[in-house]
Amino acid sequence: MVELTTGSIRAENLRKEFIQPDGQKVVALNNVNVQIKAGEFVSLIGPSGCGKSTFLRLLAGLTKPDEGKFTLDGTPITGPGYERGLVFQDPTLFPWLTVYDNIAFGVKIRNVYHEKKKEVQDFIRLVGLEGFEKAYPHQLSGGMAQRVALARALVNHPKVLLLDEPFGALDAFTRMNMQDELLKIWQERGTTMVMVTHDVDEAIYLSNRIFVMSARPARIESIIEVGIGRPRERDLPDFLRLRAKILQILDFAGKREEIQYYL
Amino acid sequence: MEKINQTDKDLSGISRLSFDYRTLVPTFSAILALLVHLLIPKSPRYTLKPMPYFTYALIAVIVVTLIFAVISLFSQRIRSKYAYKSWFIGAVLLLLNLLNIATLKLMLLPAIYFPSPDRILKVFVDDWAFILKCLGYSLRLLATGYVIGALAGMTTGILVGWSKKWSYWVNPLIKIIGPIPSTAWVPIALVSFPTSFSASAFLIALAVWFPTTVLTSSGISNVQNSFFEVSSTLGAKTLHKIFKVALPAAAPSIFVGVFNGTGASFITLMTAEMMGVKYGIGWYINWQKDMLSYSNVYAGLIVIAITFSLIITLLFKVRDRVLGWQKGVIKW
Repeated sequence: MVELTTGSIRAENLRKEFIQPDGQKVVALNNVNVQIKAGEFVSLIGPSGCGKSTFLRLLAGLTKPDEGKFTLDGTPITGPGYERGLVFQDPTLFPWLTVYDNIAFGVKIRNVYHEKKKEVQDFIRLVGLEGFEKAYPHQLSGGMAQRVALARALVNHPKVLLLDEPFGALDAFTRMNMQDELLKIWQERGTTMVMVTHDVDEAIYLSNRIFVMSARPARIESIIEVGIGRPRERDLPDFLRLRAKILQILDFAGKREEIQYYL
Repeated sequence: MEKINQTDKDLSGISRLSFDYRTLVPTFSAILALLVHLLIPKSPRYTLKPMPYFTYALIAVIVVTLIFAVISLFSQRIRSKYAYKSWFIGAVLLLLNLLNIATLKLMLLPAIYFPSPDRILKVFVDDWAFILKCLGYSLRLLATGYVIGALAGMTTGILVGWSKKWSYWVNPLIKIIGPIPSTAWVPIALVSFPTSFSASAFLIALAVWFPTTVLTSSGISNVQNSFFEVSSTLGAKTLHKIFKVALPAAAPSIFVGVFNGTGASFITLMTAEMMGVKYGIGWYINWQKDMLSYSNVYAGLIVIAITFSLIITLLFKVRDRVLGWQKGVIKW
């Protein structure tokens, strides 16, 4: 079920500013140049205010950059589209639709529901929600709701799946389960994954590469190649060494921010 | 305690034959009313010829309540429901009994304004076809105005709630025109429209339009932005966002608007019919009042109460179907 290898991303000279309510300009991203290969799993990690969510929203097309551009397989991104699926920390399921109709939302509005009917069912099975098709979102647990959100994005066969702290609101046990399921989906489908996370372990466990970002100036501080064979164990020396290294970079980035603040 | 009750239920379910004394309360209350009605003579000051209809009605009630009591012996489901309601039904019958005593038997109230139950029942017997015709007229008028008003309200609400431009131009208009009670428009409506029917339909539409508009637009502008963001990453275009996201998300608020509009439409319907429209149940009440025929007025009021209550019930049934996805919906 491995998909074709489209889904390469390139960011060129990205810059994004926000005007705060008090009129102050805040630079959320500045001069960002990165490339993400098709089928790669990349995590963005960094302190709050480092622009990692802005990076994701620009990639999703929900906001426009002030300078530079994002391209997907060479085509500039100008707005949101179903080839770039998005999963938030809050599952944001449509409460008026059943699990089934939530997952079928994308194919229905694109008028391909009749051809894709079987696939909707396949994705319900893939995320382990058989028997819950007729349930409404308020009847689901946090983990189940997030599975629906995943399936809802995946049924569109996105080239890129954007994940904004997708498991941040789940308990530790559910989170680890969901990480394994996400890995399974990624390995089966070869979708490019770009994930924002606060969790260093999660980033190492899942990613090929980790972009460690710093706040003020908001930029990519360092790009770390994970390079640990899969399946990964969370307590292997390589894992722990990488963890220490990332924490060190994050700490460094954090400290510099602090100094700037006190000056 | 709960467990014991549970076993009790189970046992009665098995034996299938069980008696709850409460299931006889309505019957007793009806028999009491009948005895009072038959045994106590009417007030000597009551000059009208007494009618047998209250007797008939009470006999009918006794028969029906007895049938329910007998069914309750066999069916656990009906027994528990009927037994639960029995005190209330009994009290209503007692109230009718007291009303009969106060009017026909003792004439504590002026008979011309407070007719005895048998006179009101007589109206239904004599005049039912005409009342039904009037009701038909009213419903036609109500439905015309209501549908136009609700659709116009939702359309305006969507436009104002969705688009800044529409909001800029139309919102001030809504703020000025909306709060005017639609009945205040009666003089203008009557000269602006060719028929009193179209004038009244307009007034009813206006009454429904305002709350529907306000609550539709507020519902739509309060839809959380992330719904739109998610839908656009699933391939939704503007029209999808309006009809597949904004509208269903705002539906609970729209329902509140339509519900408020329903109340306003009843008021407007009655006022319009009492002021200008020929036929209709409001016109009937007004006409009978002018003829000092108060038993007909009460009959009209009863018809209105039943009809409007049914309409509200229907509205809530629709709500339960459309908004069943909400947590903790209010029961009607």
